[in-house]
Amino acid sequence: MSTTATPPTPSAETAPGRGMRFTGWAANYVDERTSASTAVKALGRKIFPDHWSFMLGEVALYSFVVILLSGTFLTFFFDPSMTEVEYSGSYVPLQGIPMSVAYHSSLDISFEIRGGLLMRQVHHWAALLFVAAIGLHMLRVFFTGAFRKPREFNWVVGFLLFVMAMALGFTGYSLPDDLLSGNGLRIIDGMIKAVPVAGAWISYLLFGDEFPGTDIIPRLYVLHIMLLPAITIALIGIHLVLMVVNKHTQFAAPGRTNDNVVGSPILPGFAAKAAGFFFLVFGVIVLIASFFTINPIWNYGPYDPSPVSAGTQPDWYIGFADGALRLIPSNLDVVDPFGFTWAFGVLIPLVGLVVFLAAVALYPFFEAWVTGDRREHHIAERPRNAPTRTAIGAAGITFYAALWAAASSDLIATHFRLTIEGVILALQIATVFGPFLAYFITKRVCLALQRKDREIALHGFESGRIVRLPGGEYIEVHEQLDDFERWKLVSFDEYQPIMVRPNDQGKITVSQRLRASLSRWFFEDRIAPVTQNELESQKH
Amino acid sequence: MADAHDGPDHGDNAGTAVARQDSHDAAAPPAAVVRADRIPNPGFPPERLRVTDLDPKKARQAERTITVLFFLSVLGSVLAVAAYILFPIEEGDPSTIRLNNMLIGVGITLGLLGIGIGAVHWSKTLMHGHELVEERHPTRGSDESRERAVEIFREANAESGFTRRSLVRNSLIGALIATPIPAIALFRDLAPAEDPIALLKHTMWETGTRLARDPSGTPIKASEVTIGSAFHVIPEGLAELESHRLEEKAKAAVLLMRLPLDELNEDPAKADWSYDGIVAYSKICTHVGCPVALYEQQTHHLLCPCHQSQFDVANHCEVIFGPAARPLPQLPITVDEEGYLVAKSDFTEPVGPSFWERQL
Repeated sequence: MSTTATPPTPSAETAPGRGMRFTGWAANYVDERTSASTAVKALGRKIFPDHWSFMLGEVALYSFVVILLSGTFLTFFFDPSMTEVEYSGSYVPLQGIPMSVAYHSSLDISFEIRGGLLMRQVHHWAALLFVAAIGLHMLRVFFTGAFRKPREFNWVVGFLLFVMAMALGFTGYSLPDDLLSGNGLRIIDGMIKAVPVAGAWISYLLFGDEFPGTDIIPRLYVLHIMLLPAITIALIGIHLVLMVVNKHTQFAAPGRTNDNVVGSPILPGFAAKAAGFFFLVFGVIVLIASFFTINPIWNYGPYDPSPVSAGTQPDWYIGFADGALRLIPSNLDVVDPFGFTWAFGVLIPLVGLVVFLAAVALYPFFEAWVTGDRREHHIAERPRNAPTRTAIGAAGITFYAALWAAASSDLIATHFRLTIEGVILALQIATVFGPFLAYFITKRVCLALQRKDREIALHGFESGRIVRLPGGEYIEVHEQLDDFERWKLVSFDEYQPIMVRPNDQGKITVSQRLRASLSRWFFEDRIAPVTQNELESQKH
Repeated sequence: MADAHDGPDHGDNAGTAVARQDSHDAAAPPAAVVRADRIPNPGFPPERLRVTDLDPKKARQAERTITVLFFLSVLGSVLAVAAYILFPIEEGDPSTIRLNNMLIGVGITLGLLGIGIGAVHWSKTLMHGHELVEERHPTRGSDESRERAVEIFREANAESGFTRRSLVRNSLIGALIATPIPAIALFRDLAPAEDPIALLKHTMWETGTRLARDPSGTPIKASEVTIGSAFHVIPEGLAELESHRLEEKAKAAVLLMRLPLDELNEDPAKADWSYDGIVAYSKICTHVGCPVALYEQQTHHLLCPCHQSQFDVANHCEVIFGPAARPLPQLPITVDEEGYLVAKSDFTEPVGPSFWERQL
């Protein structure tokens, strides 16, 4: 390789061209004022491992950049005022109808400004992609154990970004002040009012009056275009700095160890791919926005608390929260002896969602405690090699998916000609029992896949060559993997349950017992990787 | 950092790497199993060269492709500007909006994808394709810098007396806790100085307020409400309100239905709240406040389209399905001397979603 790849070293005698002279001068000018060369030296040839799943985080980052660009364009035309005006624009069906300035200016962006509709659709599609990419990126990190030491903090930062993305999405969804977004705010108002002690007050202060008031859109606008983006950008900065400090994980492959990073350097290979990928993501978003309508607010009309259309849906990422609201049984209000109302029909989903999100945020610390593993982990695990974690993740996905499906319970019922009661009952069952089922199935599948890996590592793969033995018996010849191929199948961490041990005072504490039983839960069923001895004895 | 080796020395590289991996074992947790006879890392596999590395002709071809893609990108950007000028939006013709949106979008897409595909193709075919290796180091700071950090804190503590002068320190902590309190207080004026609880318990309905159609505001005569019909109702005068129109509507919206008397099962205490089978119920869902806008005439069920709560109008709007917590509040009605439907009073309980002080 060194024969083909060594760049020609410029000899001292070659006089630099004019372009080079300018570049040299400019570089020196900047460096003397910023020490930029230090940063280039530290980062310029930093290695990034390659794997298709590593680009999910990049998609999130790039779609956020697209959101910033298109969103800035929209702010030049959008007016968040809730003052009532009569529509006077070019969309005939709404002419003469009273509406807020916010809705009017959203219509103007769509109908009066060249490219305005395109930018609105780019903004909305990019937002949907942003949350989706974050979600998939989180799943990748979770299922490969890339949240383990030293990356627990970065998991939490990423989790906060997920929350920020949903908050940005929801505040943005509310801004056009159309019928759908107003109903979304009405639901938020109803949820806030259910909060014990201060609910009615929080809603009153947030809306600046009784619902809907005339302040909520300007207030959400400030959150949407300043506070939340500022926090998000700061979190992205921390996320990326921590990624550089911790270096990226890599999948197990020959030559890759826990102590090295193998991949392409930032300059030029990774930078070219990443920058190119930014344009690809941007281009695909614009392509979708050119051909597929999203959020046609002119069809919904201005917000009015009285009408609503059937089949309303929130944006996809709010679905799980909306679904949780739908699955709760009837009549759960409880009035306590002091006369205060506990709206459990809203509080149970609310608390349930907070607990679910908290569990996601804190999982790395839980697993670290159960395994007692204080080593640094830089090899991304294959999901099958951590069966219990993978099963927990599958249970979480099932729970989320059941709630998410419930947000479309009415559409499921009408599309498949089912009763709404039947759909809700099925999804209630799926929400409660589905996660357990998913857990057991996934764990068994993981163990089975591990067993198959072991089988292949030891006995090789089926070659498809049938041989007839002298005795007349037919066998299929198995061929051994070579060392490089085998490495992927045998190079995983092995654990066993920890024993309950008395501490220095000779006591067995409750937390010790708990930890031991959790450890048993994690590692009781396990498949050991093939060892050298097993391999040797197999060969003979 | 060194190039990955495909030469004879790659074995050494891998050997050291594995040895280093073993050095973790001392710190291995009780749950980890570290076997002495585990299979060693085989080191880097022999490298596979790309077709552009082997064939200069293919490399030149890739170069041409990339250049064409970049030129296509320029063309796309020009097309987007041309579409902006040549396909303007014409008033009253929605198809021009679609065309403007699509053509500008296609131009920009071409501009972006040209660069994107070109750059990725460049890096994949022509840029140095070999993987490089970089060493990792433990994330923790070196022992030296950790010691120095501890020392700095110790010095800072000694020089400031942060722990020694505990009175100063504790009073500072107290002061820091107190400073955000004014910020919380300042937020009180986010809303007017009224009691939201009192506001939530009253609507625009008063004794004698006529029931009017939503949104026109024309009053409704009892004789116009035929059996099986349903009206979306607002209080008369709401449509003309100068301020707080939506706020009042969000509480006062009502559904009016007439049921055959033999199918209407009324609470004896509220027997005079209806008029000749005509009943009026709050339209605001007791779950989270969506309008309960769908009336199923045959079954006399009301359905909330947001979360599918169902209320049985024939049985004082009790919840028969879905997440709603309470029956919809009933508006007591009668007719005035001209035959118009009027409210007998305001609702006797707060409408809409539950809140803490609802029953007080």
